[in-house]
Amino acid sequence: MLYDVIIVGSGPAGISASLYAKRRKLSVLVISKGKGALGKTEQIDNYYGFSKGISGKELYQNGIEQAKMLGVELIEDEVVALNYLENFEVETVNSQYTAKSVILATGTNRVTPNIKGIREFEGKGVSYCAICDAFFFRGKDVAVLGNGNYAIHEMEQLKPVVASVSILTNGEEMIENRDVEVDIDSRKIREFRGDGKLAEIEFEDNTKKQVHGVFVAVGTASSNDLARKIGARIENNHIVVNENMETTVPGLFACGDCTGGLLQISKAVYEGAKAGLTVLKK
Amino acid sequence: MSVITVNNENFEKEILGSRMPVLLDFWATWCGPCRMMSPVVDEIAESMNTSIKVGKINIDECQNLAEKYGVMSIPTFVVLKDGVETGRTVGVQSKEKIVKLLQ
Repeated sequence: MLYDVIIVGSGPAGISASLYAKRRKLSVLVISKGKGALGKTEQIDNYYGFSKGISGKELYQNGIEQAKMLGVELIEDEVVALNYLENFEVETVNSQYTAKSVILATGTNRVTPNIKGIREFEGKGVSYCAICDAFFFRGKDVAVLGNGNYAIHEMEQLKPVVASVSILTNGEEMIENRDVEVDIDSRKIREFRGDGKLAEIEFEDNTKKQVHGVFVAVGTASSNDLARKIGARIENNHIVVNENMETTVPGLFACGDCTGGLLQISKAVYEGAKAGLTVLKK
Repeated sequence: MSVITVNNENFEKEILGSRMPVLLDFWATWCGPCRMMSPVVDEIAESMNTSIKVGKINIDECQNLAEKYGVMSIPTFVVLKDGVETGRTVGVQSKEKIVKLLQ
């Protein structure tokens, strides 16, 4: 089925967007992996109307209930890719969904892993987009940095093109639920090295690995990752939006922590409402 | 001047031999971010048509030019003055940022 709008993320921004969009009689699907930052917040004392405060977990649950009561469809799954052909195609670990419009609300982006050399080689071997840059690594040895479904998705994009691809977990355990053959390297990384271009990785145990490229796909795909791949503008690690929460890609919206500014529930709720009210408005 | 489609035949004459500064846009049809930047590049070409030359290089067709300029991620924008690189930026950008690179 073709949804009017798919919302990625079920925190205050995503759920608020879903409420406003649903009330406008749009068909709405919310896809989310779970609680996010709000669910981990113990006590919220500065949100309007809660004189005794409220736990993040409770507020999150209330939001989900509220959306369900209104008839919003919610699915628990992990989004690994976002494409645009005639409509938006949202690819998850378990399925694929299409929509006329997409609202990104997965919260703030995690920081780039703090590995020596990673920034230096950005665009010179270090990439954040397998589908964009695989071409440049045809027949070469590459690696994906990450430890989950997102890393596996990137690996699958690279596999048909490159000579070899392994997943570098950088000392982390692999968290995935897909049955695929993966070459996993769990050595802890010390440094990325090369002369102008990335050439090798040195590990904490003093061993080395020759690679031409490393594709960063740590954790789950964030709003920023998805926005970047589809071609939305990102500045200072935040998705650029206008006053209507529209990104630079027509039909793609972003709201909440991923757009920067105050990392507050009130701001996420406002932006979600704005996106939900603006999406698909002629 | 409209945007020039750069290929191996016209590269030397149009780009290296250009008296005006050149903005090169390395792109490909399968690259979403490149498609988003294409109209921005067209706008720049239009608004600065008397002071710069703009060339688009399809990397599928001109892999050697991508290699020559060490392009490993697209879209990549390279500014050349008298055939020498004076600026470069990678990824989706605002029009202003690219214009600044040209100044």
